[in-house]
Amino acid sequence: MALLEVSDLSVVFARRGQREVRAVDGVTFSVDSGEVVGLVGESGCGKSVTSLAVMGLLPKRGVRVSGQAVFDGMDLLRLDARAMRDVRGQDIAMIFQDPLTSLNPVVPIGVQVTEVLTRHRGLKGDAAAKEAAELLDRVGIPDPRRRLKEYPHQLSGGMRQRALIAMAVACRPRLLIADEPTTALDVTIQAQILELLKDLVRESGTALIMITHDLGVVAGMCDTINVLYAGKVVETAGRRDLFARPRHPYTVGLLGSIPRLDTVRGERLTPIRGSVRDVLPWAEGCAFAPRCDRRVDDCLNGPPDLVPVNGRGHEHRCVNPVPPEAVPTREQVEEMV
Amino acid sequence: MSVLTPGRKAERIDRLAELTALADETGRSLWQEAFARLRRNPMAIIGAVIVALFLLLSIVGPLLAPYSPTAQIWREETSTAQGIFPGPRAENWLGVDHLGRDFFSRMLVGARQTLLVGVVATLVGFALGTLLGAVSGAAAGLGGRRGRWLDNILMRATDVLLALPSLLLAVSVAAVLGRSLTTVMIAVGVVQIPIFARLLRGSMLAQANADYVLAARSLGVRRWRIVLSHVVPNSLGPVIVQATLTLATAIIEAAALSYLGLGNPDPSTPEWGLMLADAQVFLEVRASWAFYPAAGIVITALGFTLLGEAMREALDPKLRK
Repeated sequence: MALLEVSDLSVVFARRGQREVRAVDGVTFSVDSGEVVGLVGESGCGKSVTSLAVMGLLPKRGVRVSGQAVFDGMDLLRLDARAMRDVRGQDIAMIFQDPLTSLNPVVPIGVQVTEVLTRHRGLKGDAAAKEAAELLDRVGIPDPRRRLKEYPHQLSGGMRQRALIAMAVACRPRLLIADEPTTALDVTIQAQILELLKDLVRESGTALIMITHDLGVVAGMCDTINVLYAGKVVETAGRRDLFARPRHPYTVGLLGSIPRLDTVRGERLTPIRGSVRDVLPWAEGCAFAPRCDRRVDDCLNGPPDLVPVNGRGHEHRCVNPVPPEAVPTREQVEEMV
Repeated sequence: MSVLTPGRKAERIDRLAELTALADETGRSLWQEAFARLRRNPMAIIGAVIVALFLLLSIVGPLLAPYSPTAQIWREETSTAQGIFPGPRAENWLGVDHLGRDFFSRMLVGARQTLLVGVVATLVGFALGTLLGAVSGAAAGLGGRRGRWLDNILMRATDVLLALPSLLLAVSVAAVLGRSLTTVMIAVGVVQIPIFARLLRGSMLAQANADYVLAARSLGVRRWRIVLSHVVPNSLGPVIVQATLTLATAIIEAAALSYLGLGNPDPSTPEWGLMLADAQVFLEVRASWAFYPAAGIVITALGFTLLGEAMREALDPKLRK
């Protein structure tokens, strides 16, 4: 039994007088303790909505969530608001994209960190301050005592993200959801933050869901990767399988559009044609078909099913998948991973 | 960078150390930064000086007054019927009023009353308005369906108050409660309630969608705690600015009430608004009686307005470096 099992999760945004938008459409994945699972895709593919739905943080009005998200035997989607608040921060915590706006500008860092400690662990006063300082120290913030009294704008971007991570891991949650934790940071800081997350996961056995559009991040961290497109998982595989033998044309397209060290100088990157808006409703066929180079007539005959590739959990949702030979060689992949 | 000569180098190091020391200032909050910006703004300085002088006057004014503001010392020299009043002279700098009282002393003593009216009225409006706005904003932002319902009721009530012209509302309140100094303060304060309420509610609604609120929710922080420690402190900026601006309005409105005959009926405590009201009968003979209190009110209001505007600029995140 996995720590978190999301099955058939769907989120529909229905505003009165407007067309319904199905942001997440039957997503299924699971996360084991100590495992790092990636949710990958372009903007608007439903990766953030998936995580917010699991956390119960979507607005109640105009949103329909269905399916299951079983965490440690409880279905998070059916938990009442009070119980869910106890779970958040204590068992599951989240790290957000923009560390500047995710910290309250008028309150010192220390207050924001101790807030979580007081809420879930009942720590107050000196005990809380001591624990907060230890947390900041653990996430690599130098001179934590002084930093506790400082305000978010006095910290650098990387430091702010570290402070947010400190708040998230304050109660040693069993599951951490990181929603594009490195997008707002520059590249060297990105690497440091990823390293920190890796260490935290390794030390405490926390499971991590990594939401990102950056395949480089995925390559360095994730054990299992789910590629999302238009609200559905289109390919799921272990890290090596995904990079060595991607089968879905969308995954191949994503891999082809990232710059690599071994490309010939002056050679252009190959982007995926069109944009995320050019989707077909899944009911009519493969949503990726309008942008796909390998489209065949069968693509438009209803939604394709997930097809298992091997016994290691590699699956894809494609009628005309890319043959395994047509992708980069093993050595090139080794370099990337 | 080329190699520096020893003398210049020492100078440079000193300068660097100075800069580092400056950069190392810790614990500067949003408010402290705003204050630092405020100090660099000439408008703010002028406003602050006027406000400070006014405050000083209201404290020490009665002690400085050369005569009692109510004693009719020069009663014999004045004649209302013939329009004879002693003008400005050595013993009465601003002349003598129609009842034979020293005008200068009345101006000095009147400052305190005027300030009291302005401050208390603003406090009434601020306290009740922010309470109403905070409840409404918290309910709308984080209270779910029942919260939105409560917010709707409260805001429609403030809409009703806002729909009435402010002076008319103040006049009605003053008329219902009867003539007294307290009435003036309450009447002028009540008018400000919907403004404060709407302002804080709007500001809180904007903050309720902020990322740090989502982050706090994702950590399971309780809703009242999110409201009190995250949403309200971030929403107070515009409300505090409004309070300084309201002080000016309140003084003017209190004067208007006095002018309309709904002000403080007690003649023993001079107040600029009341003095202005009294002066209207003698406008053709002694226009200066209207001019002095009016000038006092206008300058004070200007001081508070300048300070308030400067604070708005200092607190505006868009103008922040």
